[in-house]
Amino acid sequence: MPVNDPVTAPVAETPPPSPASTSAGGVRASRRSALEEAVLPPLVALLLAAVVGDALILVFGQSPGAVYHLLLEGTWGNAYGFGQVLYKATTLVFTGLAVGLGLRAGLFNIGAESQLAAGGFCAALVGLMLPAGIPSLLCLPVYVLAAAIGGGVVGGIPGVLKARFGAHEVIVTIMLNFVVLALLNYIISSKLHVPDTLHTAELRSGALPRVSGFIPAFQGSAANASILLAVAAAILFGWYLFRTRRGFELRAVGLQPRAAEYAGVNVAGVTWRALAISGAIAGLGGLNYVLGYKHYYEEGFATGAGFLGIAVALVGRNHPVGIVLAALLFATLSQGGLAVNALVPKQMVDVLQAVVILAVCTSVPEVRRLLRGARRSARSGGES
Amino acid sequence: MIVVLFILQTLRIAVPYLLAAAGGVLSERAGLIGLTLEGYMLGGAFCAAVASYATGSATAGVVAAIIGGGALALLYAVSSIRYRADQVVVGIAINLLVIGLTRFFLRLVFDSSSNSPRVPGFHVTSGASPLAALLQNPLAWVGLAVTPIVAWVLYRTPFGLRVRAVGEHPEAAASVGVPVNRVRYLATALSGMLAGVGGAYLALDQHQFTDGMTAGRGFIALAAVIFGRWDPMRAGLACLLFAAADTLQIQLQGSQALPSQFVEMIPYVLTIVALVGVVGRAVAPAALGRPAAE
Repeated sequence: MPVNDPVTAPVAETPPPSPASTSAGGVRASRRSALEEAVLPPLVALLLAAVVGDALILVFGQSPGAVYHLLLEGTWGNAYGFGQVLYKATTLVFTGLAVGLGLRAGLFNIGAESQLAAGGFCAALVGLMLPAGIPSLLCLPVYVLAAAIGGGVVGGIPGVLKARFGAHEVIVTIMLNFVVLALLNYIISSKLHVPDTLHTAELRSGALPRVSGFIPAFQGSAANASILLAVAAAILFGWYLFRTRRGFELRAVGLQPRAAEYAGVNVAGVTWRALAISGAIAGLGGLNYVLGYKHYYEEGFATGAGFLGIAVALVGRNHPVGIVLAALLFATLSQGGLAVNALVPKQMVDVLQAVVILAVCTSVPEVRRLLRGARRSARSGGES
Repeated sequence: MIVVLFILQTLRIAVPYLLAAAGGVLSERAGLIGLTLEGYMLGGAFCAAVASYATGSATAGVVAAIIGGGALALLYAVSSIRYRADQVVVGIAINLLVIGLTRFFLRLVFDSSSNSPRVPGFHVTSGASPLAALLQNPLAWVGLAVTPIVAWVLYRTPFGLRVRAVGEHPEAAASVGVPVNRVRYLATALSGMLAGVGGAYLALDQHQFTDGMTAGRGFIALAAVIFGRWDPMRAGLACLLFAAADTLQIQLQGSQALPSQFVEMIPYVLTIVALVGVVGRAVAPAALGRPAAE
């Protein structure tokens, strides 16, 4: 499988320069067209998802208006629902950034699911060894390191196999998902579990404070200080990609590996590093659950969040701001499913999430082609 | 006797793998990644359960599974060929879509969030031995026959030659007049139908649909395709090998000799090993995952 077919490769921030782009007005126009290309596909996708959603709701004999109203009411309409959206979005920001970083290097990390689990597991493992009473701020770095190493190792394996043997990272990360999750399942179910459960004992120190500790209205929601970690990760992500040499090399490999190699970039090094960092970011997402919510590792806590990370990166166009917004969107859908369950099966939102992904990835190349065609004809019309 | 039972159990487990892997070989040799096999199987299983429940006929269930799997495959093909969307993303989206749709319609049709009621399967004479029961299931025969048939189609027919051509070098195929996209649509649709039948076998054999009942079997089939280096016969042998591992796990259940999780890992570990190329490198069709140039 080719590393860098034009579709897998991340989108360049700016479209190819048009003849007009030499003037200041041309720069503005090309900025605007870049923005159009970034914003239109998600809008088209949401529209399509709404149509499919309407159909499903009508099939179930309910009124779409009432269901959507309930969905918004249960997510952004009250503090508890909003807190749950924030909690779910936190994990998705990590997995979305993880997938996004890989895509920037032209690599598809399908393994965020198991990297997230491994990160949470390693954090819990370290946490079980820490005595009670250590201030959270003191042991946080230890947890962060443990989670990053857990995810980073799981991500680094396909990275090394790709860099050293050319083994395709899509297949290796998929297969590794099953291997790692089975391994963790074995360790938990035969060694570390509390009898009659599938989780470890509770950690004695390092729990992150809940938002409800500061704003009582959030009572009951799992939103916690990991939100700050997610925001920090998004900022670091942007800094690394756009402000460091390593990040520049990574993007160069993603856009055109042969040219990057010719320019002296160590492509193999970028490849394994990108997947290892990607895995480490996904692994950090485990802290949201382990330190922020339950204070133990539980079998299956990562289910689905890894695959949704792909959706988040895709809709967020591999850009930190986009990823945060997309994480909020998908978290809203997830939480919204619970809110509407009284009227329609909550599984409806699983369908909607899939439709959003399908619609985005089919409309991105299509919208870009249409926009370019429209611009070309507008330009030639103006000149004649 | 134990050996016979072991072989029987292995064959019984292998049937859905064989069907899905045969489809996977066709799709991947034509250049479309087989990530969606899991979705086709789950969709096929659900369609089979609904149709069999509604009509009382297992044959109707199989037909519904063929239609369902084929429709999902066409969705995949249209997205990645007509709209040139990334195959990996579309594949994952379709798998998620099928999980969501089957759960939604499980609630709608059977008003349950976990499983369908008992659905009729193929008729088995009461009190038949496991061997007789397996022999009486026409899908088992289809599953055992499908591997050599696909091998024959791929290597001995004009259509098979075209499939291989569009998967290796679509531009070259187009230049000698092969309708590249039509061949890809057809190969993908066939893969969806075959994997759908694999799902139907599961649902009809267990006499019900349960949420997520394929449990990664589509990915095991994909692993078999890669481990078999995209060759139908070798992929079929890989299916038998993986099914034998499953059987071993069932036989060992309860014994502490080898934890079941480690047996579960076997297909996936072997696939990674095959990709890394310790024992002969697995080389994918050259145009796998790439849309043909316009």
